[in-house]
Amino acid sequence: MNDFRIPLGSWADDFIAFITDNFSFLFDFVRTIFNGAYEFVDLVLASPPFWVIVLVAGALGLMVRGWKFAVGAVVGLIVIVGVDQWQNAMDSLALVLVASVLAILVSIPLGILAAKSDLASKIIRPILDFMQTMPAFVYLIPALILFRVGVVPGIEATIIFAMAPGVRLTELGIRSVDREVVEAGEAFGASPARILRQIQLPLAMPTVMAGINQVIMLSLSMVVIAGMVGAGGLGQQVVASLSRIDVSLGFEAGLAVVILAIFLDRMTASLGTGSTPIGRLLAARKHRRQSAAAAAESAISAPVADLKTPQPA
Amino acid sequence: MTQIVAEHAQQFAAPAEHSAPTSPSPEIAVKADHLYKVFGRRPHDIVKKLEGGASREDLAHLGTAAVIDASFEVQRGEIFVVMGLSGSGKSTLIRMLNGLLEATSGTVTVGDTRITGLPAAKLRDVRRRSVSMVFQHFALLPHRSVIDNVAYGLEIQGMPRVERLAKARTIIRLVGLDGWADSMPSELSGGMQQRVGLGRALAADTDVLLMDEAFSALDPLIRREMQEQLIELQAELGKTIIFITHDLNEAMFLGDRIAVMRDGRIVQIGTPEDILTDPANDYVAQFVQDVDRARVLTAGSVMEPVRSMVTVNSGPRAALRTMRDLQTSATFVVGRDLGFVGVVRDRDVLKQVKANHPDLRPIIKEATAVSTDTALVDLVEPAVESDLPIAVVDARNRLLGVIPRVTLLAALGNVTTTTGELPITEPPSTISLSVITETLRETASEGAQL
Ligand SMILES: Nc1ncnc2c1ncn2[C@@H]1O[C@H](COP(=O)(O)OP(=O)(O)O)[C@@H](O)[C@H]1O
Ligand SMILES: [Mg+2]
Repeated sequence: MNDFRIPLGSWADDFIAFITDNFSFLFDFVRTIFNGAYEFVDLVLASPPFWVIVLVAGALGLMVRGWKFAVGAVVGLIVIVGVDQWQNAMDSLALVLVASVLAILVSIPLGILAAKSDLASKIIRPILDFMQTMPAFVYLIPALILFRVGVVPGIEATIIFAMAPGVRLTELGIRSVDREVVEAGEAFGASPARILRQIQLPLAMPTVMAGINQVIMLSLSMVVIAGMVGAGGLGQQVVASLSRIDVSLGFEAGLAVVILAIFLDRMTASLGTGSTPIGRLLAARKHRRQSAAAAAESAISAPVADLKTPQPA
Repeated sequence: MTQIVAEHAQQFAAPAEHSAPTSPSPEIAVKADHLYKVFGRRPHDIVKKLEGGASREDLAHLGTAAVIDASFEVQRGEIFVVMGLSGSGKSTLIRMLNGLLEATSGTVTVGDTRITGLPAAKLRDVRRRSVSMVFQHFALLPHRSVIDNVAYGLEIQGMPRVERLAKARTIIRLVGLDGWADSMPSELSGGMQQRVGLGRALAADTDVLLMDEAFSALDPLIRREMQEQLIELQAELGKTIIFITHDLNEAMFLGDRIAVMRDGRIVQIGTPEDILTDPANDYVAQFVQDVDRARVLTAGSVMEPVRSMVTVNSGPRAALRTMRDLQTSATFVVGRDLGFVGVVRDRDVLKQVKANHPDLRPIIKEATAVSTDTALVDLVEPAVESDLPIAVVDARNRLLGVIPRVTLLAALGNVTTTTGELPITEPPSTISLSVITETLRETASEGAQL
């Protein structure tokens, strides 16, 4: 009886071995790209003096949410500097940004596909469930084999782990756009691509942005785990403090993660609602431009209009 | 199995293709020919069973037959109303007319294009150029201003921005939204939003307008206003309108013709009066029971033959005799050409006869005369003011019929007036028979024979 054993594990092993043997060129390529992207972003974030980044973050905060948030952001980042985690925090931020952007680039098209096709939705859904519930550490194992130690397995594991809400919320957003409005697009002869671009995506945007927010937050939570495979940054500090039972280091690195998390969360959350100071500013400008254009237009085109349409008596 | 189904479907489609004319007469804007729409796993099987005489209920476990064997032709410039209770298949039917839903069987022709089986790109082209639509819940693009919504169809047609905004502006004026061009839809009331919806459809400048319960979400006063405006616009622009409603009064008010739907089938097509006065079956009869008859029925449909009538030249004696024979106290007077002149009362005529005056003219009184298409609601006031029947005249003022009070009341109350007893004479005579006969005899020697 005890002989019964489904060799699922060894199949997975064989599968990874097969991929490593036959597609290593592909993984080398991916590694080069991911690594390059990470190096670049990290360079931008980590090489200037810290106060430049702090000021930029404060300015962004001011535009997106207002002065209270800007002050909070500046204070928070200075705390990170104060506990001597700045360099690590910037490394982690670079990792989060690269992984999030890649995860978003993959998940939004997948979400659109799932929204447009019931079949695709039925296939994608269980895969997402699998990806999201499989303990995140497990991804690190094949990632290590395929990409070797460093930031790339960290990025890869982060993408897989963080992608799901991006797909789900994009699908949900598009599917919950008022059926009649989409039908209106169809009834006036718009093509599916045009309906997607002009109706479905704009109206789904708040939900899609909520998905993007989730992706970023999950990415950040994955950073600590990525520290185990040599991705560096705050994650590595947390792992080190764990192995040394170093309460003070653990607390300081952990606090830095929390500060980054709050900053990123508030920033992306308010982008979704579209009611940011910068959003209002842009809307006002657009409105002014439109009214001006309209005035000009009615001045020049009134005769055209009269010729075109019979006027009511 | 699927293969067999497909073959059957082709067999069904084939004869229809030969019998249906490829291009109907230019007067026909939209033509539906034996249209079926079945939702279910094997729609063609269900259509076959329906054609074989199975009922919708028998097949309910296999799928929903939303539209069953619908055929009709809509004339250019007509308002064609499709009316039925919720779930009777109206929305499904109208969505087959612009190809939003593909017919399971049968064909749809718009103008001279058969849209059934048209490839997607061609179908979109038909929607851009020939058929536009107004929706029950407006379906405006909430992220676009009023003018961009109105210009949406033109944008899809590929019209340059400046040109389409200029055209949208004239349409905004046309639908009465001047000054709201740059507002967002959410800033507008329901009625105004639907004006935008209507404007969007009108701007596209298609011959055919599909309106699916377009006014059902509006409150009654706004609704009435929109209905009246739609009729005005239609008269002005000459669009072909296919209007869906579950409200009979709306159907009767708007429709040149009405198709009544029940459980997926069209049970009657006719003018509002046809449907009201001659319902095809009990279902329609029940449906029309509580219609606001006063607004739908017209003088022409309820009038009765003129019984008491004299010509101007026939003189007082003839008039008096007519009134005596019919036992009424008044009679209508018409000219030689049957043109309506007025009415004379028995007392006046009696005086005239006694005075031996040969002419009726001095005693002719004015009386209310209405045209055949006057709604009964407009007859109530004259009927209250005078006890005389209301005269119904044609365009050349010839007396066609009369509407006594009793008839008006009966028509409004939907009871029949022909009880089999004596015909109703209105107003009843006020002078006793013997007096009239006596007078006629006394004056007989001085002229005309009795
Ligand atoms: N997409 C669909 N799938 C299945 N059944 C449908 C679908 N659309 C409509 N039906 C069914 O078809 C019938 C007619 O619906 P509909 O045309 O919307 O009626 P109405 O517009 O007259 O209220 C209803 O029983 C409805 O449930
Ligand atoms: Mg409906």
